[in-house]
Amino acid sequence: MTRSIPVLTVVAAILALWYVAAVPMNAQWAYDRAARADVELTFSDLVADTWSQEKPRLPAPHQVAVEVWQTTVDKKITSKRSLIYHSWITLSATLVGFALGTTLGILLAVGIVYNRVMDMSVMPWVIASQTIPILALAPMIIVVLNAVGVSGLLPKAVISMYLSFFPVAVGMVKGLRSPEVMQLDQMHTWHASASQTFWKLRLPASMPYLFTSLKVAMAASLVGAIVGELPTGAIAGLGARLLAGSYYGQTIQIWSALIMAAALAAVIVSLIGLIQRIVLKRMGMAT
Amino acid sequence: MSAVVQKRPAWLGWALLALVFVLAAVVDWRLVPVLAIWVAGWMLNALIARHGAWRWGGYVIPILFGVTLLAMWETGERLFEISDVLLPAPSEIAARFWLSRDILWVDFVQTVIKGALSGFVMGCGAAFLLAVVIDRFPFLQKGLLPVGNFVAALPIVGMAPILVMWFGFDWQSKAAVVVVMVFFPMLVNTVQGLQSTDNMQRDLMRTYAASYWQTLLKLRLPAAMPFIFNGLKIASTLALIGAIVAEFFGSPIHGMGFRISTSVGQLALDLVWAEIVVAAIVGSAFYGGIALLERLVTFWHPSQRGRT
Repeated sequence: MTRSIPVLTVVAAILALWYVAAVPMNAQWAYDRAARADVELTFSDLVADTWSQEKPRLPAPHQVAVEVWQTTVDKKITSKRSLIYHSWITLSATLVGFALGTTLGILLAVGIVYNRVMDMSVMPWVIASQTIPILALAPMIIVVLNAVGVSGLLPKAVISMYLSFFPVAVGMVKGLRSPEVMQLDQMHTWHASASQTFWKLRLPASMPYLFTSLKVAMAASLVGAIVGELPTGAIAGLGARLLAGSYYGQTIQIWSALIMAAALAAVIVSLIGLIQRIVLKRMGMAT
Repeated sequence: MSAVVQKRPAWLGWALLALVFVLAAVVDWRLVPVLAIWVAGWMLNALIARHGAWRWGGYVIPILFGVTLLAMWETGERLFEISDVLLPAPSEIAARFWLSRDILWVDFVQTVIKGALSGFVMGCGAAFLLAVVIDRFPFLQKGLLPVGNFVAALPIVGMAPILVMWFGFDWQSKAAVVVVMVFFPMLVNTVQGLQSTDNMQRDLMRTYAASYWQTLLKLRLPAAMPFIFNGLKIASTLALIGAIVAEFFGSPIHGMGFRISTSVGQLALDLVWAEIVVAAIVGSAFYGGIALLERLVTFWHPSQRGRT
């Protein structure tokens, strides 16, 4: 409990700041309307108005909360206006891309660790590619894949895969190399084959590294899926909600999509954290 | 790393290779030259790698690998006659790059200098100052660090449409997106760095009767530098991504993100690739610059000492 008090204070402070900021942000519109209606605005009127506008510049937290509630709980899941429906579209692409990217990353890492030529030729490119804004490729991947007849979930998953693959590859290379020379020599004295060394020493030793990079990869692949939805013309998904909201000035819709994306990220990342704790505990590596 | 001992007869590898080529020729003869380039590049690299002592091997091998991939791309694109709308050849991209230098330069100034760089400086500066303040108050530390860690994992790019709405279409909104994106990773890293000195060192400063500011300047900030540079490196990639993606939500008629999204619409993929080449060069240069600075500033750190 003592640990959560500072966190809760900070969160409360952020919410309070948000409410306060909403007043000056939305005041202009309230003044304009009052001037047109020829009414003098008292301060309390102003505050009440700025917290309840339909298209505010900065919606108040409770407006976003109401919108989220209405579009998740009150709507049927199959409805096109349900945020759950849109979240699922994004989440499915994220998960497919994440699974593909992780598999690819692990395979590449194994190749890099076991093959010297691959290590020397591929590894610098893997590191360099992390410094490149890969996300800029997203619109092109979508359009090109559309042109060859691949559409729907897969192009987004490809972008997610692309983004999640590098952190996993880099983390796994580090992890697979984490056993010390002493331990490797020990395996040698036991006359362990290469595959035995891999399964019984290198792979288990890499687990903490794997989970850390999985969290990064999951967050990255969610970003990839959301950005991947932008150029498709805003049909479905959280990214589409963001784009549609920004076209029509529906700020509350943008914020609710944003909150939903944040919640989604928090849930899946902490899910990995949970798995990490269970796995490491069973392996006797928990700290 | 110990070498894996393999006891395969040498001819088996060659036979397998020959089999692959025959198979490729049966499926489609055009696969053969593409495969041949790959095998040639790989074998050359393997040869160089075996002479492990060669000093420049660490540079030559990756470059050779990149050239091999480009050559495969070029020949493959030509032999299979892939439409330029899908995938232009590297030579075509290079030609386009040269022809549209002026467009690329304008976009570079708009997105990188005005958007990414100004946002990067503002965001990292603000995060650094806030981190120093937070560091003085343990309560804030305990409260803000988990929140900061949480926010750093969120898809913040999603803030882009809102910020574009607030700050207009020009570079100000892009800089704002960059500020929001780089702020939290930088904050978390700096706070961690400021905490990285151990009690013994702080006690020593106390015995010297050093004031808070002296301790900060002479002990804790230098000790925090590796962490701060780690944050700066993360922020450098995020800054470019933020500036480019924010332009997808609305921008004036120049800028890298704008050019990419409109050129994709016009199926001018060679221009898109040229922009991506620019982004790649800028990204690597940005990152490399920070890494160089890190080596100059934190020359004392174990991770830097091993190198020459």
